[in-house]
Amino acid sequence: MTAVLDKPAATPAEAPARRRRFKRPSVGAVIVYVAVVLLAVLWLLPLLWALSTSLKTETEASLGQDVHWIPRDWSLDGYRAVFEQGDHLVWMVNSTVVSTIVTVLTLTLCVLAAYGFSRFDFPGKNVVFGVIIAGLMVPGEALIIPLFDIVGFLNLSNTYWGLALPQVVAPVMVFILKRFFDAVPRDYEEAAKIDGAGHLRVLWSVILPLSGPILAAVGIFTFIGSWNNFLWPLLVATDPSMMTLPVGLGVVTGGTACCTRRTWPPRSWARCRCSSCS
Amino acid sequence: MTAQTETPAEAQAVETRPPSTPNAKRRNWTGLWFVLPFFAAYALFLIWPTILGLYYSFTDKSITGRTPSWVGLDNWSEVFADERAWSALWNTAVFTLYSTPPLVILAIVFALLANRARKAGWFLRLAFFAPFVIPVSVVTTIWTWIYQPDGGLLNHYLELFGIQNPDTPVIWLQDENRAMWSVVITTVWWTIGFNFLLYLAALQTIPQDVYEASAIDGAGWFRQLRSITLPLLSRTTGLVITLQLIASLRIFDQMYLMTSGGPNRATEVAIHYIYISGFEGYRIGYASALSYVLFVLILLVSIVQFRLFSRKGA
Repeated sequence: MTAVLDKPAATPAEAPARRRRFKRPSVGAVIVYVAVVLLAVLWLLPLLWALSTSLKTETEASLGQDVHWIPRDWSLDGYRAVFEQGDHLVWMVNSTVVSTIVTVLTLTLCVLAAYGFSRFDFPGKNVVFGVIIAGLMVPGEALIIPLFDIVGFLNLSNTYWGLALPQVVAPVMVFILKRFFDAVPRDYEEAAKIDGAGHLRVLWSVILPLSGPILAAVGIFTFIGSWNNFLWPLLVATDPSMMTLPVGLGVVTGGTACCTRRTWPPRSWARCRCSSCS
Repeated sequence: MTAQTETPAEAQAVETRPPSTPNAKRRNWTGLWFVLPFFAAYALFLIWPTILGLYYSFTDKSITGRTPSWVGLDNWSEVFADERAWSALWNTAVFTLYSTPPLVILAIVFALLANRARKAGWFLRLAFFAPFVIPVSVVTTIWTWIYQPDGGLLNHYLELFGIQNPDTPVIWLQDENRAMWSVVITTVWWTIGFNFLLYLAALQTIPQDVYEASAIDGAGWFRQLRSITLPLLSRTTGLVITLQLIASLRIFDQMYLMTSGGPNRATEVAIHYIYISGFEGYRIGYASALSYVLFVLILLVSIVQFRLFSRKGA
């Protein structure tokens, strides 16, 4: 009680005290600080180890050599091999194409749907919205069997569309965008409508310019999610020339079934094939 | 064109209704056209497979393409009698129980540290978030290499610090008991960035003067953590735990790439078994019944989440 009453009087004295604490930290604070930075470095070690190994020559990188971080014999052969041999560039192109299709389509469809739910009232709207929200609870992994069948029926196996389309359905993005659009004031749109703009024009010229950050967030998350997707491309892309980067690296050149036990990628990614290893 | 014909009506509407009241929308079919493209894709790639999967689970459909026939509850009774299915579900549950606590607790700790550290903040954010953006096959390749019993990075340091005798190297991924832990460690390293980011965002919304007021009242950092930070993070924690449970129940990629379910099926998880029965055993009907068991499990977690969050209100 008294402490609360004392608060206004104490505040001016407290502010300089806090500033002083940052300038001259105590020994304990320094120890904690160093420990925290060490923890972060420890967290980065696997990545640094990958970087270090990728810059060694093949013999220096192979198992049985002593563990050292700075390459004795610097070499870019591994990187050359990635670009010169095998399907790595093809997979990179495939990943880029698929992720771009997924991102563009997701943004287009979800923005349209979110705008429809946010600004219009149509018969059955609540039912349709409820059905889409229920989709939030359906795990995509549980649908792989029938989805594979549907994509096969549509003759889309081993095509970009077969890889991309099932990833486009993202109820969570509709939900996020609708909540954002709901918060955009309607006054601008009404002004635009008086000036003769149609609904699509209002969406394109009024709403979207106001939604930059949320569109970027949805776009980036969709792109990363699709880029890193493993299970679906693993099922649909059985032809190595249609594989995405994660599947190609995991199934054809890396993975437990293959050569990771012998030499470190990226060097070996290009050279080892399942057929030659197993 | 349509816009021009609508203009007088719209202008009138603006005059007659108070501006920016949402319920003043006119009820017509226009909105449906905006929703339709998404809903068509949604129906084809989410609703339809959900129904189709349920139907398949009552048939002996096979990937070979012969016409399926109705087998009633045969697949379902087989699932519940299948020891391999139970073991796969058990392994999924074990993975979830092992991975969720560290992924939540470490995420809080890391977020608190990164939020407090001023100058090194960017470095901590980079270090803890960077692994999350790496594709799974790169992650598993790096870690498979680190886990090598002979000459791998991990065993090298264990031997260097005298924790392990060099003559008997620790077997990580090929040992029935350690394989699960090895995958859990990799998963924590890889995916903590997402939870970390959620906590960091939540921490930044806590106003600084709450801490200043409590400091005047004599609260130390531990008391502040217990009485201010953690209670204010409880909503985020609920979200993180349920998202993490759902994500962990869907585990497949790391197991498939690092252990292929082995050794001796010690790391064979639910989705892996679905994959095996559907795409290697060609039994679509049986795999669909398995999928539905997992589906119901995840659905239960999601429903708990929804109830949790709708009760707390927003």
